[in-house]
Amino acid sequence: MNRRFLDRSRRRVLRAGLAGALPAMLAAPGRSSAASRSAPSVRLVVAAYPLLDAIVRETLPRWRELHPGVEVQIVSRQYADHHTAMTTALSTSVRLPDVMALEASYVGRFAHGRGLDDLLQPPFSAGAHRAQWVPYAVEQAINRRGELVAAPTDIGPGTLLVRTDLLQRAKVDEGELTANWTSFVAAGARIKAATGASLVSNAQTVKDIVIRSGLQPGEGLYYGADGQVRVQSERFRLAFELAREVRRQRLDARVNAWSNEWAEAFRRGALATELSGAWMAGQLANWVAPGTKGLWRAAPLPASTYVGYGGSYYAIPRQSDPSRKALAWDLIRLLTLDRQRQLEAFRTQDAFPALQAAQDDPFFDEPLPFLGGQPARRLWRDSARRIVARPPHKQDTFADEVVGTELDNVLDRGKSIEAALADAARLLARRANR
Amino acid sequence: MRWPARLRLSPRWAPYVFVSPFVVLFAVFGVFPLGFSLWLAFHSWEPTSGLDAMTFVGLGNFTFALQDAWFWKSLGNTLWLALATGVPQHLVAIPLAVFIHTRVHLLRDAVVGAYFLPYITSTVAIAIMFSSLFSTDYGLINAGLGAAFGTTPIDWLGQPENVKPAVAFIVFWRYLGFNVVLYLAALQTIPKDLYEAASLDGASPWRQFLHITLPGLMPMIYFGVTLSVIGGLQLFEEPFILTGGKGGPDQAAMTAAVYLYRMAFDFNDFGGASAMSWLLFALVAAMTWATNRAFRRRRSTR
Repeated sequence: MNRRFLDRSRRRVLRAGLAGALPAMLAAPGRSSAASRSAPSVRLVVAAYPLLDAIVRETLPRWRELHPGVEVQIVSRQYADHHTAMTTALSTSVRLPDVMALEASYVGRFAHGRGLDDLLQPPFSAGAHRAQWVPYAVEQAINRRGELVAAPTDIGPGTLLVRTDLLQRAKVDEGELTANWTSFVAAGARIKAATGASLVSNAQTVKDIVIRSGLQPGEGLYYGADGQVRVQSERFRLAFELAREVRRQRLDARVNAWSNEWAEAFRRGALATELSGAWMAGQLANWVAPGTKGLWRAAPLPASTYVGYGGSYYAIPRQSDPSRKALAWDLIRLLTLDRQRQLEAFRTQDAFPALQAAQDDPFFDEPLPFLGGQPARRLWRDSARRIVARPPHKQDTFADEVVGTELDNVLDRGKSIEAALADAARLLARRANR
Repeated sequence: MRWPARLRLSPRWAPYVFVSPFVVLFAVFGVFPLGFSLWLAFHSWEPTSGLDAMTFVGLGNFTFALQDAWFWKSLGNTLWLALATGVPQHLVAIPLAVFIHTRVHLLRDAVVGAYFLPYITSTVAIAIMFSSLFSTDYGLINAGLGAAFGTTPIDWLGQPENVKPAVAFIVFWRYLGFNVVLYLAALQTIPKDLYEAASLDGASPWRQFLHITLPGLMPMIYFGVTLSVIGGLQLFEEPFILTGGKGGPDQAAMTAAVYLYRMAFDFNDFGGASAMSWLLFALVAAMTWATNRAFRRRRSTR
């Protein structure tokens, strides 16, 4: 074959292009290798999601004082993507970070596997520090084998946020809302009649709190210590009846948390209370309803219920590089046991400290402008100390959805509570040991 | 320039070398995940414990899946959505294609392009946009319905009976243009003299459509319906984004593919998810075979 497939001028252009591209492709790794020659020899990888990534970044100056040669690289992803990536990394043991940030519900899911190091063992020996953290936060990270799989960094003590102006117009006293659930509902009816505002955003939020009250020690939320399904117990029946009553009297706005309608309801004063974590005050102040500043107050949850909403932890994967584990633990101790760091995180990112020593500070007596000058942090601190831990179960997420769906059936489709709880129990029993 | 002898590709090996990029990519991203998923389907695996934590459970995952109420619910949702999106797509696309083919001449490309645009737009962007359009109090769809028919705002995404039609509408809107393009291409292949002969014989447009257009379109209808069956049974993106990854109230929009994904990444049951994916594959294969048989007779007459 003597036909040239490219004529001369095109071949010249092609050669020139390749000549230009190849050095550029080879130079890039060359540049970084030149940089790494002068870079620190050890690099810790921290995987986190907002706003923990900002907290770790703010800790870096202090870290560099303590460990000048150790660089920290923060890999930040959005909440859902981060946890999916961590599931993948743990399952394949590839690209594991040295320090892994986890939200409370994921700690429960990951605790039962063997992917996370037991921090009670040497070289970590976290048992010595255990008493410094809020008890329920520590206990929620302890699995059935007694291993502490993650160190708590922040918590979300439950609180009742109330719109005092709406309460005044309805001539309802705050104490009536918090005394017990019956008076809570009765007060809600009066608020609705006088102002038209709903008592709560959704009857599901009431159910969420009531099922978490009256737990026996060692009993999980949906499964008992013996693995038996507990959704037909008294607290579930009470929760469902209360939620049904709230819906029957049209006291809830039937909006889903974080939806547009939910945010608008706050802005327009259509919601009189919010049952959530203490961090909700910050969310309301920052973006949900900043215009309602000064109209809210914080109170304890009704009927002396003490519940936690979320929280964050740091864990060390079992299969991460052993040579870096000691440094990873140093970083975690800095983030979770250093009083200054915990307070800074609270000041800048509204992360309620899990370290008890950090809760003993004048910062907690400061008035909060959004809450009309109320020093609510003291209230939240006291609530946090009274929260009872419950051991996590792998199927807790599934159980949340099943029970929520059955409650919707009771509220909207007139299903009987007994039948709903029986159906939920059946679904949960099949999965108890998966 | 001639390559040196040692670098020249011999004709014997050249075909394999040129095909190898595809084969390698297919092996890594196609065959391996299939094999791994088949392997996983027979094992119980706690994913966060690492790859060495798999224990053989035989058919345990398959029996769990077949007895799982949510698996059957998700299959029911999938079949409902597959029918509710597949049937209107083709019922509307065929007359629309015929209309564009016969009547629209001036801005034909623009019209076809406008129908085709949803198909090439990112599904995620569409679903995000539609979730604000479907908003109960502030969405345009409720505003439009209220203005036109005076209806009270419908809770599209909060009520199980409304979520399914909402998802079905989005999928229908998305794939209508694709089917229109397919049928337009097929209409070009029908000889024009058949229509002329029919008009000379006094056939009405409706009879021409019934006896010339439809039989002529049969191969393309078979192709389009097969694609709709497979695509409908694997529906994932639209329900997933519209319901925020959860499947909606009462899991009304949780298709089999969404449930598979949730089994693996939300409930950390990879073995169960793999078993379900193979059961779904068996279902898709069965339905494709059924479609093939339904069309076989008609195809063989041509």
